[in-house]
Amino acid sequence: MQGTKTKPGNSTTSKEEVILKPAEQSWTRYAPWGVIALVVLLVVIFQDQVLQQLGNASWNIWLGAVAQGLGYGAVAIGVYLTFRILDFPDLTIDGSFPLGAAISSALIIAGWSAYLSLPVAFIGGALAGVATGLIHTRLNINGLLASILVLTGAFTINLRIMGQSNIPLLEADTVFSPFKPFFRELFIEQWDRAWIRVHTNILSIVVFLALIIFIKYAVDWFLHTELGLAMRATGDNPQMIRSLGVNTDGMKILGLAISNGLVGLSGALMAQYQGFADVNVGAGLIIAGLAAVIIGETLFRPKSIAGATFAVVAGMIVYRLAIALALIVQIPLPGTEETFKLEATDVKLATALLVLFALAIPQIQRQRQQRRRRTG
Amino acid sequence: MLKISNLNMLFNRGSVNEVHALRDVDLHLPPGDFVTIIGSNGAGKSTLLNTVAGVFPISGGSIFIDGQNVTDWPEYRRASLVGRVFQDPLLGTASSMTIEQNLTLAAKRGHRRGLRRGVTPHVRERFREALAQFGLGLENRLDVRVRLLSGGQRQTLTLLMATLAAPKILLLDEHTAALDPATAHRIVNLTNEIIGRTHLTTLMVTHNMRQALEMGTRTLMMHEGQILFDFSGQERADLTVARLLEMFAEVRQQELTDDRLLLAE
Repeated sequence: MQGTKTKPGNSTTSKEEVILKPAEQSWTRYAPWGVIALVVLLVVIFQDQVLQQLGNASWNIWLGAVAQGLGYGAVAIGVYLTFRILDFPDLTIDGSFPLGAAISSALIIAGWSAYLSLPVAFIGGALAGVATGLIHTRLNINGLLASILVLTGAFTINLRIMGQSNIPLLEADTVFSPFKPFFRELFIEQWDRAWIRVHTNILSIVVFLALIIFIKYAVDWFLHTELGLAMRATGDNPQMIRSLGVNTDGMKILGLAISNGLVGLSGALMAQYQGFADVNVGAGLIIAGLAAVIIGETLFRPKSIAGATFAVVAGMIVYRLAIALALIVQIPLPGTEETFKLEATDVKLATALLVLFALAIPQIQRQRQQRRRRTG
Repeated sequence: MLKISNLNMLFNRGSVNEVHALRDVDLHLPPGDFVTIIGSNGAGKSTLLNTVAGVFPISGGSIFIDGQNVTDWPEYRRASLVGRVFQDPLLGTASSMTIEQNLTLAAKRGHRRGLRRGVTPHVRERFREALAQFGLGLENRLDVRVRLLSGGQRQTLTLLMATLAAPKILLLDEHTAALDPATAHRIVNLTNEIIGRTHLTTLMVTHNMRQALEMGTRTLMMHEGQILFDFSGQERADLTVARLLEMFAEVRQQELTDDRLLLAE
């Protein structure tokens, strides 16, 4: 009896290894590098045009992309927490990002300090995450549906908080205001119209970098505490961690709260960077966050939590740089005078296709593997 | 230590697929009892273990562990009293986490988990000592992800994790069934050694008759959600595998005759 039981158990484990190993070594592992090589090749072939176009573009565009990557960095960490650590596909961030923006700008307009508005924006986002978590765990509603319910409801709440669909913050004191005089002094020599924008971006990079480094180390620290370890185990093996005395429902709610709190914080920062808060800024953010996670993991192949939080933020910067590049480059259409140029409105489809491609690779790989086994 | 009274478990209650998995089960385990449970598929062995662990709410009856009525406790709350090892070695550990992180999770069983650092040099030293006794070299691989361990190593780790924080009851659900014979043998020895040292009250499900008689102090035979036989002491010492198989055959025969009667009518 023992003998017959043993065999199937063993063969399944060895079969898993067979499935896993070739997939690791196959073309898919190099596919992202292939895409990069293709881009480099295209740049080399169309060297003249590309250089000319890049030369025409102000290098402030690149500074702006880096600033945005750092500003959205907390979104990347938030998406990493839900998708990778908790294994929970959470769309709530499409609602908690504008929620953070709305709370922060409404408070700033009401005369609050921009810095004091940040923790409130975090709490607002966290509450949205708690709402999703409660709907999912208490009412047993599918996680995706629960988060869509919350993000839909959040739209109304955001409008109520702002009182209008858009709040301009151009004249208001933001998190950058205290450092403005210092940076103006620093660049007083080169002061002209163009440099106003450049110094704004450099200032934003410095402020965002300080904040994202703080957030990154706080998340790293948390994921190594007793509570953080229990949260990681909840995403890895819920049955096991329940048998060790952890309330997995509570862990999911806490994880969603932290993730959406970070996204709300990011929403507040980006509203102040862009100079306005808008109810529509969150639309499709989840795909951008996923893109950042996938790009970061592909480029840096992190082996630890600290590596992963760095990688996803770097992934967000690379993503913003890639968008900036795509918006600059014009491809001449052969045989005509026309050129093809991506518009800002095309970015979402391009990002969706990128994420689709990245998610599809393992699936396609598995199907190829099975077909090969059947024939071979 | 464990007192189960009038326990009933129905799945899909009220539907055509209703299954009466446990029928009026009464079981009392004094401290230190090491009970092996045998029975054919669908006899209710694993369901019995799951109800003790609190995986699902029971349909009727009561469960007391260490004098406390845990009938309405959710699984995570009972975990302070119950340690478990599953049949599938993949189920007992978090594979993306390291050995020391898994052990830290287990060491905190039944305690509040706070914002203190999880793996400290102090506990690491404790884990190293605990692992060294197995002679698998795991004590030098504390920062290795569990994913990289073999099934036997993972099951050894799970066994240590189940007993690390001294639970009141240990549940073993065919924990050697998915291993190769040599590894299974080692895990059996390890189980005997740990239970011999800690005198844990244990419920062990097995399909292996010899194992059921050689291990533990008491053997239950289950059939269709009921405990048919409960052997201990001299009666158990006189039992043989052949006799057990005979009894199985008798139970089945009974079933067949009933069916025949039913069909004849």
